[in-house]
Amino acid sequence: MALLDVNHLDVRFALRRGDVQALRDVSFSLERGERLGIVGESGAGKSVAAFSLLNLIAKPGYIAGGSIHFDGRDLTQMSDRALRHVRGHRMSMIFQDPMMTLNPVLSIGEQMVECLKAHRRISTREARAIALRKLEQVQIPSPAARLDQYPHELSGGMRQRVIIAIALLLDPDIIIADEPTTALDVTIQAEIMALLLELCEKHNVGLILITHDLGVVSQVTQRMLVMYAGRVIEQGPTREIINDPQHPYTQGLINALPQMATPGSRLNQIPGSMPSLDNLPSGCAFHPRCGFVERADGTTRRACIDEVPGFVTSGNCRVACHMVAEMLERERIPAEEIRR
Amino acid sequence: MSSTAHAHAPGQAPEAASPLLEIRALEKHFALSGDFLEQLKFKKGRIVREQQHVHAINGVDLEIRRGEALCVVGESGCGKSTVARTVMGLLHPSAGEIHYDGQRIDDLSHKALMPYRRRMQMIFQNPYASLNPRMTIQQTLEEPIRLHHPDWSAQRIKEQVAEVMSSVGIAADWGARYGHEFSGGQRQRIAIARALAVDPEFIVADEPISALDVSIQAQVLNLLMEAQQQRNLTYLFITHDLAVVEHFGTRVAVMYLGRVCEVAPTATLFAKPRHPYTQALMSAIPRLEDDRPQHIRLEGEVPTPVNLPSGCVFHGRCPHADARCRREIPGLIATADGGQVACHAVEEGRID
Repeated sequence: MALLDVNHLDVRFALRRGDVQALRDVSFSLERGERLGIVGESGAGKSVAAFSLLNLIAKPGYIAGGSIHFDGRDLTQMSDRALRHVRGHRMSMIFQDPMMTLNPVLSIGEQMVECLKAHRRISTREARAIALRKLEQVQIPSPAARLDQYPHELSGGMRQRVIIAIALLLDPDIIIADEPTTALDVTIQAEIMALLLELCEKHNVGLILITHDLGVVSQVTQRMLVMYAGRVIEQGPTREIINDPQHPYTQGLINALPQMATPGSRLNQIPGSMPSLDNLPSGCAFHPRCGFVERADGTTRRACIDEVPGFVTSGNCRVACHMVAEMLERERIPAEEIRR
Repeated sequence: MSSTAHAHAPGQAPEAASPLLEIRALEKHFALSGDFLEQLKFKKGRIVREQQHVHAINGVDLEIRRGEALCVVGESGCGKSTVARTVMGLLHPSAGEIHYDGQRIDDLSHKALMPYRRRMQMIFQNPYASLNPRMTIQQTLEEPIRLHHPDWSAQRIKEQVAEVMSSVGIAADWGARYGHEFSGGQRQRIAIARALAVDPEFIVADEPISALDVSIQAQVLNLLMEAQQQRNLTYLFITHDLAVVEHFGTRVAVMYLGRVCEVAPTATLFAKPRHPYTQALMSAIPRLEDDRPQHIRLEGEVPTPVNLPSGCVFHGRCPHADARCRREIPGLIATADGGQVACHAVEEGRID
């Protein structure tokens, strides 16, 4: 069994006008030391997926169904007390905005010691020694002096390094990073991503990287999920998806990048925008924006409008698309005939 | 509106024409130390007056030619947005001059600037903040026309609004609705319509797609390119996204700590970046291909613009810096392939 196994996860937000389903039937797994990317646009549910792993969904949100098995135990069934042992200790999280994550009235050292002492019975002196070692690992210049500095004295890149150090403090099995470099400049982003990658590889730490940046995903992760309107629509090895995306939405996302078009020419845009979660279209949520609802011969693929697509396997990827399913079906029959 | 309304004077080739906008030795400093009383400090038994400034722009020279899209790129704090705002007259320069179509505009009175304000319009980064939440879309689009054409009839204004709405792909029934009813991409479309409503010839766009999702970015970029072709627009396009620059820009200016370090035609810059900072910046773009060139790691971080480094602003992080770089500020020199670069090492031939 994989280290982390998420099965049919449903997350809802109970609002006055009724429940809004933020995640529907999300399943994925993560092996020890594996790096997984979750990609999607705003509102796709990628952050909700990350937050629900540690049961950090705030009310009115709740996990309505499914399971999250971590190291053999179901996190959705755990008591708060038991969960607290997992949070920060076995799985830790890096958030988007380094200024919002650090406590502005505590020095860096105090925040790191606090975290260590919450999970381990150790003296302040020992905790400071560990903290110092972690700051060295994230290559902060003059780490000893940083322990007594406050977050406002550090630049954005330095703060994100401190946060990575805190995430690594208790030697977790998995780090969940929610857009860790979106608030940073491109040269700093490259350094932080390189650091994160290096540390994860060195200590065999798993990484779940949430981002909207396909370039970052392609360089850091081994497998990826693409999310749209609360569902996973495509998952598989990162290289395969980037090089040969199957789902029309994934294709659209990659083709819309400026580097995919000749300079100065018209970009391949996806028409329309992501639907709101409380007003999803029928059938496949992507069908109003999809160019494949109509077949090449002009007939309409009714299933796209009427039925929510299930997953089909294409190569090493799993894709939720009626069009892909139909294409695979068509290919399969001759293949079997040849075998006979 | 016909696209020929702003065409060049007859018989004048675009290349030969003077630049549409010229920025000369522009500087902009922001006072950090508050008013006079707050500047007084008690030091060594005496009261002294201390003033600190953020040096947002330190001597920028740029020209924007008619019909081109000049992209200004750089990281946060490099002064690119300050350049855009100073050009638009939203900020007053501390020193230097801005010339528009041959006329100096940075010292004009509010009233004298009005005709120029019609010819130059701005699109802001955040469409959630740039639309007035209390105005309908119709009112939002009518306002600039009313202001610049007080003699137009209500009918003519309505026609102009309808024309601009259809040209950016806004349905006619959006007019009666308010900004909050629309998504980010739709709002940015409305903001673009507002800029186009007075038939400008020059548009300053400050990170117009940074706040938008990937699939929406492509829609908005396409719209900006269509508008440029149909209306013969000139753009000053501020962004930190080099992939967008490569696609959109005619020429690129790279800024660092309030100075321009390199200006070049887009294809030239991307094929062969000359300035060490440009090289580092380009190597940091996350790309889809797996065989990427090694990312050039820069030492340290961008210094504070309060106390500028001596000499070249980049020398503290530059792998090629020597004594001259620490001492002497490099000026822009022309390169063989049509660009300009401000670097002693390139000038001396130490790097190519």
